[in-house]
Amino acid sequence: MIPNCKHTAELLSQGQDRPLTPVEQLRLRLHLLLCDGCRNFSRQLEFMRRALRRYRDRD
Amino acid sequence: MSPETGPSVAQPAAIEGERAYLLRYARLQLRDPAQAEDAVQETLLAALEGAARFAGKSSLRTWLTGILKHKIIDHLRRAGREQPLTGDGDDRSEAEAVDALFAADGHWREFPAQWGNPDAALENSRFWTAFEECARRLPARTARVFMMREIMDMPTEEICKALDITATNCWVMLHRARLTLRECLELQWFGKSGQ
Repeated sequence: MIPNCKHTAELLSQGQDRPLTPVEQLRLRLHLLLCDGCRNFSRQLEFMRRALRRYRDRD
Repeated sequence: MSPETGPSVAQPAAIEGERAYLLRYARLQLRDPAQAEDAVQETLLAALEGAARFAGKSSLRTWLTGILKHKIIDHLRRAGREQPLTGDGDDRSEAEAVDALFAADGHWREFPAQWGNPDAALENSRFWTAFEECARRLPARTARVFMMREIMDMPTEEICKALDITATNCWVMLHRARLTLRECLELQWFGKSGQ
């Protein structure tokens, strides 16, 4: 079953904190194929992590 | 303290020179500026006392940051005991704020926008002002967990242990922090035309 946006957002976030199961990864991919909003969210999560690292490490 | 000052021994001036960096790092974890100052002070003292133990295998900054992390965790543990992480009212209003981002059928009420090339913002000092402001708006308990994860790079199991919360609770808080920070950045920066 393809998860909705709310659940997809949770999985994307948890993907930054724990390894997702193969089933979770598959469901995530199916949703992302269809959803621009969640694809944007996914990129934004990665960007925020980069920004936080940069904030921490910059001189 | 060892009297010899070989090249691998951390020099007091070099240690002191890292103060600003350490303070910024600490202030991301500890809301209370006085606590952040204390943690850095304790770190510098420990470093000066243990300067001979600095093996020069890592950079001075890495070594100092390692000491600081322990000092920060001590402070967070103490804060966790004095002001437990289960603030009910806070928790409910935060859950509501996050729920409000989605419709009843689980769709985004407003789709996350396309941010274009967000990394360009990293070179803009005004972006960092907005970023700090957004990070400061996170509720205290959520921010504590989020910064342990993102700034101190702690695995969730360690955060759970340090704060005595469940893994699920931890994931929920991290997710809320990210949704809230994202919302704020979009509003304060990426949603504005001409940025």
